[in-house]
Parts: sequence; structure tokens; C-alpha cells
Amino acid sequence: MDEITGGGIPTGRPTLICGEAGSGKTLLSLEFIVRGAMEFNEPGVFMAFEEKAEELAMNVASIGFDLKKLQKENKIRLDYVHIDRSEIEETGEYDLEGLFIRLGYAIDSIGAKRVVMDTIENLFAGLTNQGILRAELRRLFQWLKEKGVTAVITGERGDGPSLTRQGLEEYVSDCVILLDHRVINQISTRRLRIIKYRGSVHGTNEYPFMIDEDGLSVLPVTSLILAKDVSIQRISSGIPALDNMLGGKGFFRGSSVLVSGTAGTGKTSIAACFANAACERGERCIYFAFEESPNQIIRNMRSIDINLQKHVDAGLLELHAARPTLQGLEQHLVVIHKQIRRFKPRAVVLDPITNLISIGSVGEVKGMLVRLIDFLMEEQITVMFTALTLNSVVSEQTDEGVSSLVDAWLLVRDIEFNGERNRGMYIMKSRGMKHSNQVREFIITDKGIDLVDVYLGPEGVLTGSAREAQKLQEQTGLALRSNALNMKDREIDRKRKMLEAQIANLKTEFESVEDELNKVYVEEELIKKIAGSNRDEMVRMRQEKGRSDNKKQKKK
Amino acid sequence: MGKSYKYELRLYIAGKTPKSTTALTNLQKYCEEHLQGQYKIEVIDLLKQPQLAEGDQIFAIPTLVRKVPEPIRKIIGDLSNEEKVLVGLDIRPVKMQL
Repeated sequence: MDEITGGGIPTGRPTLICGEAGSGKTLLSLEFIVRGAMEFNEPGVFMAFEEKAEELAMNVASIGFDLKKLQKENKIRLDYVHIDRSEIEETGEYDLEGLFIRLGYAIDSIGAKRVVMDTIENLFAGLTNQGILRAELRRLFQWLKEKGVTAVITGERGDGPSLTRQGLEEYVSDCVILLDHRVINQISTRRLRIIKYRGSVHGTNEYPFMIDEDGLSVLPVTSLILAKDVSIQRISSGIPALDNMLGGKGFFRGSSVLVSGTAGTGKTSIAACFANAACERGERCIYFAFEESPNQIIRNMRSIDINLQKHVDAGLLELHAARPTLQGLEQHLVVIHKQIRRFKPRAVVLDPITNLISIGSVGEVKGMLVRLIDFLMEEQITVMFTALTLNSVVSEQTDEGVSSLVDAWLLVRDIEFNGERNRGMYIMKSRGMKHSNQVREFIITDKGIDLVDVYLGPEGVLTGSAREAQKLQEQTGLALRSNALNMKDREIDRKRKMLEAQIANLKTEFESVEDELNKVYVEEELIKKIAGSNRDEMVRMRQEKGRSDNKKQKKK
Repeated sequence: MGKSYKYELRLYIAGKTPKSTTALTNLQKYCEEHLQGQYKIEVIDLLKQPQLAEGDQIFAIPTLVRKVPEPIRKIIGDLSNEEKVLVGLDIRPVKMQL
């Protein structure tokens, strides 16, 4: 409440709370008084025009306020103003000085800092002279301001555009808060809106609020800023093989994970694994179930060797089950908030968010989840949602529209093939980390959950027994092939040997031919040589003869 | 004052405002006229005794409260309309009985 008004309601000034019957006006104003008295030590005066002091005390005792004790300690003063038209006659001029005096006396007697006037409009019901009343009310608010008390005035919401039946907002103009009680799809949601607040930054949206045993709680629709600390710490998903797919380390702490899939694909099992892993690390975890009761989940998870009871006993795990139709979306959100704030878990599971759609439109569910994710991110809590996808393309795309919000999205789907159904899982997205792009077969055994690589054979992706069959087939194929290979090898060997023999044959043949050819060549060479030498001999002999002839001539 | 009157009236005022004075004068006038000897008027100034306001559920000033006879009746305003005051105090029939 203080968050959305930017620090609470204005001190020393009057605030108007208006709303329909049963929207929680009295409670809000009473809580203002009680909290003031108990937490800030500011005594308060509650002037009731509707309910008697004892009735009030009794009513709020159910939400944990002990008015009687506070009254005894002089921290709170209840003043019941009874106005009964049948007892009253009006003649001539009058004013509300009596009310002023009473209030003034009450304020002074306990030194009150806070004043509530619960449904001041009852005055209008009891008195006929509206002119006087209006003038007096104006004077009253002025007087309250001068007194320096923080006043809260409640008023019934009027018909039409006016905020209150008597147009009180005209007088009380510093802060106006509207409470609303709306029923959508048979589920009522209380909402609060700050219509005006002078001199304060405030959220203008409608904020859902709820009343439970701790009083009234409001939560902002969305946090105004997207500035969150992020963690680089990684935490395991509880399934080692899945961690491997996510770069070997799992999810980021404080991230949001969506697990979606058709019915019976094991979403809850994944979620339980995740919760189990968180508890094994010694961290606290809350599991919000919208489908199964806690005991059911514990029993069912035992079948896959996940013992959640152990963690419940150790106080690490809390299971909260509620039918979505139990209350409005916002109420669910408030409950979740409260549980988280109380238990301070490091991990949260919501299983499944799809069921929420039965109590709100897709847009509303998305709005709620955005708020939840915002809140959880701020608290550095890792959250896992599961969502049921129908067998249609459209829903797979949108998934309550949260798929764009979450950090990681695992898709579990049925692969129907060969007369059996198998589960396949892949990571649609995982922000900020390396992740596998492969479809893994996801098997649930009595030892837990495991992922195996799907078989990518010539016939496509195979899973389940088809995968096993294919593996066997492959093995036989391998044996056959190696056999065939052996035979081929031997044949090649033989052929080679044959060819080698042929080659040797040809070689010897070639050698003999070569020899033949060589012989001729050598002979020719010899002939050439011999002929050459003969010619030389002849030349020499002829020259020698000529010389001797010359000598003979010279001698002569 | 151990004597009990048929009419016990209490007028709540806050200081000597013109309205209060008018109311008191009017009241005394009517009572003298219609209830001679049968009434008692108690004037309470809330400025002096604010704690008394709660008891009779006073919120407007001036307020005339008829304590006796039962049931309690309240008349707010300066009592300028005699008719209304007498009807409000249920005095008319008394006079007619007389």
C-alpha cells in the first residue's frame, strides 16, 4: 500500500476512501488506525457511524486485531455515533459542533494522530438539511487539517460517475482512494485505485488487494521499473542430462523457466526434479500446485525415486495446493506473494499455470505472471512454470503469452510413432547461455528422469522401442557388413595376386623382347664401329702410301 | 432535586452561540406554555463537558434530548419552529388531555 502511494497516505491531511458495499473500506481504515497504534505508536480515533464499537471489535478480531486491548492501552478510541432518523427532529438552524466536540475530545484524550470516520455519509441519511451538512463537513475537514491529524474518511460509492454518493470527493481533495469489488467469471476480485493524491507520485493503476487473516494486502500490478540485479550463478535443473543441454550448468539463478507440453508428458516430474534439486542443495523451495494435492504429488513422485517427503519434513519444501477457482487471479498472486515473503524460498514451482486460465482471460493471466516474474526476479528466486499446451499450433506459440517473458523454455512433446508414444524434449530458448538445439528423448524411469539422444537414422528421428530396434538392427547390419567386407577384401586380394602374376609374366616377356631389340642394336653398333675403324684404317693406309711416294720423288 | 418530572429535557449547546441562546429561549418559552411545572431543563455546555457528548450520541448543536418519558427523542436545531418541536417532544397530545 505504501509502495503504490509513494510512501503512504498524506500526514495531517484528510484522505477519502470510497467504494461499494463490502469492498473493504472499513477494514482498510481500521487497519490504518490499528497499524498506526501498534507499529508507529500513533494513537487513533475511530469514529464509526455504521457499526457499534463492540461489533467492530468483533469483526476485526477475525483478522487478528485486538481492539479491546488497544483501547485499554489508550491507543485507540472507538466512538460510535448513532444517528437514527426516527429519533430526530430538525427545527431551524443547527450545526455539527457536537460532532466536532466529540471528536476533539476523543483526539485530545489520547493524543490521537490518526482519525477515521467510517462512512460519514450516514449523516446524510440521518439528517435532511443537506445545505448545512455540506457546509459543516467542509468545516470539519478544515478543522481536521488544522488539528494536524491524519484523517481517513470512508464513503459509499455513488451511482454514475460520481465517486461517492454525496460528492464527498469535492471536500476531501488531498487523496482519494477508490476500492472496487468486481466479479469476473464468478470470481470476485478486490481492487484499489488511487484517483488522486496531491503532492505525491503514485501509481495510477488498479491494484488488486485481498483481505485475509493478516488483514489487507495490496500489491502493485507491475513494478514500475525494469531494473533488476541479475545473477550469473547457475543452478542445476535436477536432471544432469538437461544441465548438459544447457551448457552443462543448468539455469541461471533468479531466472524463470517454462516447461510446456501436452498432457502426460512429464511436466510435473520435471518440476518435482527441480524442486528436489533445490532442496538437495539445502535451499528452500515452494511448490504451488493447481492440479494435485500435496500428498498426491509426494506419492506420485516417489514412483520415480524422488522423495519429497524428506524435504517437507526437513522444512525445506512447502507444497501449496489450491484450485484455481478458489479465488481470483489476483488473490492467487497475493497468496503466492505472501507465502514467498514468509518462507523466503530460493526456488518456486508453479504447476501448472495453464489452469489459471480457467479463471481469467489470457491477458489477465499474462499480466499476473508478469507481475509474479517481476517480483521473483527482484527476490532472486528461480521459478519454474509448467504449462499445458493443447495440440494446436497456436497455443504452442503463445503459451499464455509468457513464453516471451521467461528466460528459458523447455518443450516436452509427444512423439507418436510405431504404435507407441514417447517423450521428446528440446530447449526452445535459453537466454544468455549456450544450449543444445537437439531433440532429446526424455524417459521417466523408476530411477528418475533421464534424457537420451534420439536416434537419427536414415528413417528420421526414432524414439522409444523404435530407437532400440534400430540400434539392434544397426548392430546386425554392422556384423553383416563386416562379413561382406571380409569377403570383398579377400577377393581383392586374390585379384591383386592374379594381376601381380600377370604383371610378372609380362615383365619377363618384355625382357626377352628387350633383349632381342638390344641384340640388334648392339650388332648395329658393332658394325658401325668396325666399319668406322676400317675406314680409318683405309685412310691411314692411303696417306702412308702417298707419303712414301713423295719421298721417292724427292729422292730422285 | 429528588423530584421526578414528567418531562426531563436536556439541551446540549456549545458555548454561548446565537443558535444556542435562541434554542434555550425558545425551549423555555414552549415549556412554560405547555408543560408548566412538569418539566426540568438541563443545559449542558459541551465546551465545558465534552465527555458527555458520547452518552447521548450528540453530533449536532444545539440538540434537545427528551430523556423522560421514554423513548428518547432528539431535536436538533434552534427550535425556531414551534410546531415541530412540540410534535417532536410529543407534547401536543398532553395539552389536549389537559
